[in-house]
Amino acid sequence: MSKLLLDPTNERTVTTRARVQRPASVAGQTIGLLDISKPRGDVFLDHLQQRLVDAGAKVLRYRKPTFTKPAPVDLRHEIATQCTMVIEALAD
Amino acid sequence: MPHIPPEASTVRTVVIDGVEMAESARANVATPPAAPVLPDGLVVVVKEECETCRMVAPLLAALDATVYTQDDPTFPAGTCPIHDGDLAVSWHHQIETVPTLMRVVNGEEVERTVGWSRAEWQRITGMPTLGDELPVMRPGCGSMSIDPNLVDALRARFSGHLLKARRIELADLDDEMELMFDRGFTDGLPVVPPTEERVLRMLQGTTRGAHEIVAVVPPDLVDVTVEKIAINAVMAGCKPEYLPWVIAAVEAICTDAFNIHGVLATTMPVGPVIICNGPDTRAIGMNGAGNALGQGNRANLTIGRAVQLVVRNVGGGRPGGVDRATHGNPGKVSFCFAELEESSPFTSLASSLGMPPGTNALTVFAGEGPRCIVDQMSRDPDSLANTFAACLRTLHHPKLVLGFDVIVVMGPEHARVFADAGWDRERVLTEFHARLQIPGTELVRGANGIAEGIPEHLRDVTLGKFRPGGILLVHAGGGAGLFSAMIGGWANGDIGSKPVTVAVHE
Repeated sequence: MSKLLLDPTNERTVTTRARVQRPASVAGQTIGLLDISKPRGDVFLDHLQQRLVDAGAKVLRYRKPTFTKPAPVDLRHEIATQCTMVIEALAD
Repeated sequence: MPHIPPEASTVRTVVIDGVEMAESARANVATPPAAPVLPDGLVVVVKEECETCRMVAPLLAALDATVYTQDDPTFPAGTCPIHDGDLAVSWHHQIETVPTLMRVVNGEEVERTVGWSRAEWQRITGMPTLGDELPVMRPGCGSMSIDPNLVDALRARFSGHLLKARRIELADLDDEMELMFDRGFTDGLPVVPPTEERVLRMLQGTTRGAHEIVAVVPPDLVDVTVEKIAINAVMAGCKPEYLPWVIAAVEAICTDAFNIHGVLATTMPVGPVIICNGPDTRAIGMNGAGNALGQGNRANLTIGRAVQLVVRNVGGGRPGGVDRATHGNPGKVSFCFAELEESSPFTSLASSLGMPPGTNALTVFAGEGPRCIVDQMSRDPDSLANTFAACLRTLHHPKLVLGFDVIVVMGPEHARVFADAGWDRERVLTEFHARLQIPGTELVRGANGIAEGIPEHLRDVTLGKFRPGGILLVHAGGGAGLFSAMIGGWANGDIGSKPVTVAVHE
């Protein structure tokens, strides 16, 4: 038998999912803005919120406890159930 | 064949429960035949090469026993030996010495003696005069089934199917070293190909079950088993006795407190720095003395490397992927060393973090590369403490405070200055912190013509460079040189990473 090596990886099978279709307009959408808690991220998101509201969107704001860790499961669930779109700001 | 002393003759099998064993069958993994059942009655295992076996051979001809021979299929003369050519009987029945005499009842071994002990052979055979003409006792020889030259192959043949990892089959023309690079398994240096033989040998280094889940590894949040860690430890170049340290370090970095996800993802040049304490650091040959942070010591280098390979291969954390480091640092290949405890005037790092003295333990710290602290003039503790404070003040930026911890790796010649003055660990750290209280006027944004700094509203307060407990003191280094080192940390506390200390279990 030929030589065998053991796979050092996690052996995951990656599932690909189709992207949600892009809406024609943000008007009427509920858009979540996720602040990752980086300094001055809120400044950027404040401007963005104003633009989105002006365009007819409803905006909900969220914040991660710390930028160094993934968003908690509960927060992700909250966003998914309350919003139709989400924008995550990587700001510094 | 040389006699194998008893201490080298311990054969352990991989600890795997029955359910998992049944699930392990894979298309390209050969399943060995079932363990042979011993016949009832007396059973003897011998090999012709063994002098003690040759001594007892004439007795066997007169004994109503089933005889297994490991080497010469015609030995012993006058018996009808069964040739244990593939050593299956010897392996599955844990024969470590020949001759071995057993008594089997209903397929179960009920008695055993190894070598020649006249009293034992007479008792087990029920023949009170058996071998009266022979010496009272003579030790046997090592069984071929524990021959160091054979044991890895035997373990793979009889236990390889218990490993659950996917098998990667090499074509005849494949270069195994290049294949490991091509598949993205390495950190940029060659790795040891993880064969069944090597991984099973690695697993001998721990008493933990191969399929036991050790941690959930970010960023892919995947369960990592002892087996997967062993595979990566083989690749890193570890010896089996290093494996418990690798397992402990993986456990430690995967805690929420250490936050390896953030340590990996950050643009800062940090990675897990592993500081090892306890008597086994010396037993496995770790280095805490000269060049402790450098090259040349297998245990230091490969333990740290194995941990990073687990993050890469199991966690899926790779540079350019989730790892977004702007520069990185060479320690992200491996950064692991032992504290030099035996000559330290201080309590150990692990003890200071709550481990009972003498515990084998390690501490993981999210750190950058080391930087030298030079002071060859100070002979009194105040002067030397002033030097440490001046150097520590510059960590990451002289105007940034409280956000980063630091490891001070104090060299023995510096430590002696403090020890001679009666300063213990607590006194040293208290003196450092006291010298690192900085007026806000020096730190605010714009001060000294530098935009970087703390907010203006903190101008009138005095702030410590480090939070309480933010300086970790470790004693390590060679005996000559009035030098120390500092290893800067990453975002500390709940925001980022906290040092984590765990005990190391065999």
